[in-house]
Amino acid sequence: MKSTILKTATTYLLPILLLFSVFILLRGHYHPGGGFVGGLIAAIAFVLHGFTHGTENTLKLMRRHPAELIPVGLALSALSMVAPLLLRLPVMTGLWFDEPLPVIGMIGSALFFDLGVYLVVIGVVLTILFTITQYSE
Amino acid sequence: MLIAVLAGLFVSILCIPFGKFLTKRAPAWFSLLPIGLFAYFFSYLPAIRVGSTVDFHYNWVPSLGIDLAFHVDGLALLFSLLITGIGSLVFLYASSYLKGHRYLDRFYAYLSMFMAAMLGLVTADNVLLLFIFWELTSISSFFLIGFNNDDAGSRKSALVALGITGGGGFLLMGGLVLMGHVSGSYSIQEMLGSASYLKNHSWYGLILLLVFAGAFTKSAQFPFHFWLPGAMKAPTPISAYLHSATMVKAGVYLLARLSPILGGTTYWTYTLVIVGGVTMLYAALHSIFRIDLKGILAYSTVAALGILVFLIGIGTPESFLAASVFILVHALYKASLFLSTGVIDHETGTRDITRLSGLRIVMPPLAVGGLLAALSSAGLPLTFGFIGKDLIYEATLHADDVWPTLLTGTAVLTNIFLLYAGLLAGVKPFAGKLPQHFRNVHLPDGFLWIPPLLLGGLGVLLGCFPTLADAALLKPAAESMAQNTINAPLKIWHGFNVILLLSGITLGFGALLYWTRKPSERSTLVLQRLNRISPEHLFQKLGSLLLKLSAWYTATLHNGYLRAYLIRIVLFAILLLAFRLFTGEITVDLSSLSPINAYEIAVGVILTGGLYLSVTTTSRLTAVVATSVVGYCICLLFVFYSAPDLAMTQFTIDTLTVVLFVLVLFRLPPFLNFANNSVKIRDAVIAVAFGGIISLIGLMVLSQPLRTEVSNFYGDNAYVLAKGKNVVNVILVDFRGIDTMFEIVVLSIAAVGVYSLLKLRLRASEKE
Repeated sequence: MKSTILKTATTYLLPILLLFSVFILLRGHYHPGGGFVGGLIAAIAFVLHGFTHGTENTLKLMRRHPAELIPVGLALSALSMVAPLLLRLPVMTGLWFDEPLPVIGMIGSALFFDLGVYLVVIGVVLTILFTITQYSE
Repeated sequence: MLIAVLAGLFVSILCIPFGKFLTKRAPAWFSLLPIGLFAYFFSYLPAIRVGSTVDFHYNWVPSLGIDLAFHVDGLALLFSLLITGIGSLVFLYASSYLKGHRYLDRFYAYLSMFMAAMLGLVTADNVLLLFIFWELTSISSFFLIGFNNDDAGSRKSALVALGITGGGGFLLMGGLVLMGHVSGSYSIQEMLGSASYLKNHSWYGLILLLVFAGAFTKSAQFPFHFWLPGAMKAPTPISAYLHSATMVKAGVYLLARLSPILGGTTYWTYTLVIVGGVTMLYAALHSIFRIDLKGILAYSTVAALGILVFLIGIGTPESFLAASVFILVHALYKASLFLSTGVIDHETGTRDITRLSGLRIVMPPLAVGGLLAALSSAGLPLTFGFIGKDLIYEATLHADDVWPTLLTGTAVLTNIFLLYAGLLAGVKPFAGKLPQHFRNVHLPDGFLWIPPLLLGGLGVLLGCFPTLADAALLKPAAESMAQNTINAPLKIWHGFNVILLLSGITLGFGALLYWTRKPSERSTLVLQRLNRISPEHLFQKLGSLLLKLSAWYTATLHNGYLRAYLIRIVLFAILLLAFRLFTGEITVDLSSLSPINAYEIAVGVILTGGLYLSVTTTSRLTAVVATSVVGYCICLLFVFYSAPDLAMTQFTIDTLTVVLFVLVLFRLPPFLNFANNSVKIRDAVIAVAFGGIISLIGLMVLSQPLRTEVSNFYGDNAYVLAKGKNVVNVILVDFRGIDTMFEIVVLSIAAVGVYSLLKLRLRASEKE
């Protein structure tokens, strides 16, 4: 798409949207949001960038291929699932720090699980979309 | 005991890392396994002799009633000794027979696995455990038949054998589970107590049918016999071991084992006697028309299996004793004949009976072994076969309930043919003049000729001194079939009576047949003419019919058009829901619904407009955009009804879907041809019907009192247990986190699928 305005705008929109997606991810435990929606928003941010600047440039910007996020996310979620086993608790027991951290808030195993979901969703959506884009070009 | 049964499996697994090493250096060392096991089982002989049994019990899956329960009685011990004893000889024999074969390690792995499965099968007390081993024998047999896997014939035979025995095994499982269900226990020993209850149960007929299906397919009874001659494509040691001495007797073993539980009824007796009788006569007659040595032996094996089924069917103490003696007799002489056939094939390169003669001059010890085995199979006095045959005639003559004359006649006729077949296989290749081209055939090394000689010699030894095996092994075996004490010691000489006369007739006619009839190519032509109505041919027809049916079914129902699949799925859902809906009462309470707001009407109008546009437009892109308008309107409705999480997710998903659609559709040409009016009307009717039914269900659900236990639980506990205030998210990441985990795994698989499918094609087109 050859629109200078959109092209310029997305350069600034990308970091804002990504920040927003992290915000959505973190607030998920108390307000509407969560890893799944957050991941979708982050993916949309990259897709928008890809539309205006071309997929090749977006991939260059990302440095690593989005598919690499999938195993990372899966591993993070799986680890947060089985981590309680180390404390001899059943799988998926929620573990929480006692004191909230500034900005992020309460940190617990559920957050890491959600972070894993977030990464997987970004990886999956971008892998599928970018692959199809490159195929149809 | 558990270790003894599973030792073969361990060895089989160890073959993967160490097999190549061992087979290169000293393959005969593998024989230590069966020899050790033989010694182990031999040590139970004194206990069995005095009539006691040995039980072992290990828990496995107690909740399902599956235990590693083993029960060693006479019958189990007889089979265990046969399996390990003949196994030892076959292991030794194969180390020389297949010397230097590329896959010798695989061979020993399969053979060890098979032996373990067979031992487990005959010692298991739990029927489900028995079934597991039963299937393992089928599977290992499949690998062994297809051992020469570069030969299309071998592969086909292996598949046929697996198909027949596996299909039977499937039915058998049903039968065994039903038995366990009815009697309330999966232990065979405990089932003995509820035998009369089982026999009077209304499911008895079904159980019998299923068990017979399993036993008859495994033991190659008519009309399922044809897989066994086909299985002779396997290397000869395998044929000797699996397809004459052990595996095919698994079905016989099962019938013998279940005889005290299910046997003794009219159905049991007549089915077994008729099927066994038909099989033995049919196969014995077949065997004399063959000219391939292994073919002759295969059909005579089927006949012998028929005799065993037939004897178990008669169900008198005499017939059980006859069966247990005949199991041993047959295993000894048949294994011996198979092994000597293997040597002949190995040394001369042919198994054609019309071309072989005079080999006694070049291979004297083998000729002695073959002769002894043939004599035992012929049932000459002072061989073990004589005693076996006497007992068979005694059993048929005293089978007062089931036509004794007819049975005896069948048995005599079968034995005449079997005698002829035995002489063909054990004497014919060695007798007569030695042809010129066999002059330089020489005796192979000891591992090849000692086993058949040993087995043949054992047949004569037991024939002269039957007491060696009688009280210690054969009587307890027969007693575990009859569940009764049997007091009839084996004797070499019964005096002059009808039985001796029948034996004489058998010998006379058999010998006459041998002297007068010369096997030739012509005799096989007779069989080929009858081939069209043989069960094998009919089964093949059935198989190709099944293939045609599935091809037709796939072509009609799975034509690859997405719209066709969608129509079928939606239509089916409509029918199912409509049936359920209109057979019940339809109550819709409109008064309980909340009033409609102005902005809801506005969204509704936009939604309808989007729908109209998407249906009527002639541009794909417009249709996609219009559909996404519908999607966003639904998001708004979610927001109105306070489901923000759902709305957010739907909104982002919708956006991405539009992007995806645009990416794909952008490149397609404009619509080339439009659906005609009748198709449009059909689709409209389906769509309206489906939408109407779903709306109706939605309205009906609203007028039902809501059950809120589940949502209340999540609402109450989200903060207490999971420290979260957003219930939806807490459910996703905590309460039902494992579901989420699997969902992201599924997503990842989808991504990998798309990536690999398209990338691979990209690479391929780049290459061009």
